[in-house]
Amino acid sequence: MSKQEQHWEKTRNLLFITLAIWFVFSIGIFLFGAEMQESSIRPFGYPLTYWFTCQGSLAIFVILIFWFAGRQEKIDDEFGFTEREGEQ
Amino acid sequence: MIKGKFIDNLPKVYGIYTGGFLVFIIIMAIAEQAGMSAKMIGIFFVAFTVLIYALIGWLSRTLQTDAYYVAGRQVPTVFNGMATAADWMSGASFVAMAGGIYFKGYGYMALLVGWTGGYVLVASLLAPYLRKFGCYTVPDFIGTRYGGNLARFSAVIVLTVASFTYVTAQINATGTIASVALDIPFNIAVYVGLLSILMCSMLGGMRAVTWTQVAQYIVLIIAYLLPVFWISNNIGAGFFPHFMLADEVARIAELEGQFGFVKNSAADLATVPKGLAGITKPHSSVNATPWAFISLAVCMMAGTASLPHVMMRYFTTPSVRTARRSVGWSLFFIFLLYSSAPMLATLSKISLMDPTLATGIIGKSVADVQALDWYQNWNQANLMFVSDFNGNGTLELNEFFMKGSAVVLATPEIAGLPYVISGLVAAGGMAAAMSTADGLVLAISNALSHDVYYKIINPKAETAKRLIVARVLLVLIGFAGATIAALEIQGILGSVIWAFDFAMSGLFFPLVLGVWWKRANAPGAVAGMLLGLISGTAYLVWVRNGGSGFLGITQLTFGIVGASVSLVSMIVVSLITAAPDAAIQKMVDEVRIPSGKTILGKQH
Repeated sequence: MSKQEQHWEKTRNLLFITLAIWFVFSIGIFLFGAEMQESSIRPFGYPLTYWFTCQGSLAIFVILIFWFAGRQEKIDDEFGFTEREGEQ
Repeated sequence: MIKGKFIDNLPKVYGIYTGGFLVFIIIMAIAEQAGMSAKMIGIFFVAFTVLIYALIGWLSRTLQTDAYYVAGRQVPTVFNGMATAADWMSGASFVAMAGGIYFKGYGYMALLVGWTGGYVLVASLLAPYLRKFGCYTVPDFIGTRYGGNLARFSAVIVLTVASFTYVTAQINATGTIASVALDIPFNIAVYVGLLSILMCSMLGGMRAVTWTQVAQYIVLIIAYLLPVFWISNNIGAGFFPHFMLADEVARIAELEGQFGFVKNSAADLATVPKGLAGITKPHSSVNATPWAFISLAVCMMAGTASLPHVMMRYFTTPSVRTARRSVGWSLFFIFLLYSSAPMLATLSKISLMDPTLATGIIGKSVADVQALDWYQNWNQANLMFVSDFNGNGTLELNEFFMKGSAVVLATPEIAGLPYVISGLVAAGGMAAAMSTADGLVLAISNALSHDVYYKIINPKAETAKRLIVARVLLVLIGFAGATIAALEIQGILGSVIWAFDFAMSGLFFPLVLGVWWKRANAPGAVAGMLLGLISGTAYLVWVRNGGSGFLGITQLTFGIVGASVSLVSMIVVSLITAAPDAAIQKMVDEVRIPSGKTILGKQH
């Protein structure tokens, strides 16, 4: 496998992990909205589903993107595909 | 303003700007104490901020194509994040979203999840790759990746339909705010709004829009957060509302149980002015089916990743790496406002509903409420209405009506904050609507000038001529948008949601598969774009005209139909036609690694 193919395979795996986490917090948990709302877990005292819609999921997305960016930069570095200064 | 120096000094420049704005707020507060009228404060706030944006627009004027189309590709990560956040948060986010949540509760909170979750798709599927491509516009990517004018032109069509639907809503929002703040009729205010929008973008294109958007973000975030914190402290709900409103949320649920959701008769409702609504859905309980919630969120997420005015912001960063990080910053800045919207809805509702608060009106006598100053003002503006349907002389929950936009615009006044805050909120709403309208008008006119005029009609055109064409188109599109906005066909939130569905129907899969599926070819992409857009639109028209729809897909989620047709037709047509040639395959390989030259040159 060429260097480029390996790089792409790792990139694709990272995409799948990122999208899996994204799926859980944007779609997955809301399949159980009514059940979660009754849960005794109440972040800051808010009902659980309510909290996820107005803070939880949103904050997780922000963290997820920065985490993804960091991981992708590591992959690019590993294969020497990081841009050099002034090379655009 | 010297270019190199300006970029290096950004934190300082915008620091001074923010400080100056805060001083301006304080001066206005002092002027209010000294007896300046509410009307004058409103005019000062809107006029002062709009003039500043126009000044920035004029200072950023340019005669170079890469500055005009992509701000010279030198916008630093964090500032691009702010600009994107302003570009993104429109009148719908600022003025309408808290209102939607206030009236519909959980069902509309899908917008919060959808309008943020989409950025994960932007960061992982598209933005870095499109930045590597080095295109000026989204159709530029489609046209080069798939090859051929037909693909390019189809992308321009989808872009125009989606962005134009969106921009009419934004011009509508600037008109609404300008008419309230400046006290002029709506159909004139729409053109005042348009003029302010054009002043920001016409001379400097993307460069001017970038630097005004950063300025607009600062105004809109201060204008949104200050009242939320202030009201929360005022009613003793907690000094940091985001973590401390659980008791209020519970209290609202208790009051809702106590007052009950009484259904009004059709005859009573006929007396309520058009566009006003009462509280008919519980505030925090899960009142929508999972599918209703998820389908709306999915449409907003896929739409986010297909809207050209957002995507083109990531063409302005210096590198692929910064484009990726910039998406994270964008979402962070958006998060600051979005996590506050449900808090504002909560504070607004508790202020009105709780009889133990001085501001509570439910349960008071109707005559007393009708005598309130703020009620009379907002009633006159056709944004608020009370009526004693059951004739008991007491205001019930089902007898109070408000327009969605009033939740943000009127809450400071209802909660007893000084008028200076209302003026600030008006300026913030104006900033939000203008910044998005700027991005949209620019996206459309850039696509028409770069992709249709330069790439298809007249490839030999000189730079000066291209930029004149771009500016003429900008003005024409702005006027067309304002004319349609003046007709008031659909509400602000409704048109914005449609725009996402249009974009998703036609562009989501052609964009994503362009990077992630090498086998995708031009006939497939054209089929995907056109059939997706046509089927989505047909479904919308059918449902609008009384069609029953299927699978619970409504006129707000028709993008699911469009995008599904788009995906299937794109795959089928790609597979039955020839694979893309070696040059295009190699181009896709190049796009997938950050290093090396961009596919399209710096000036093209």
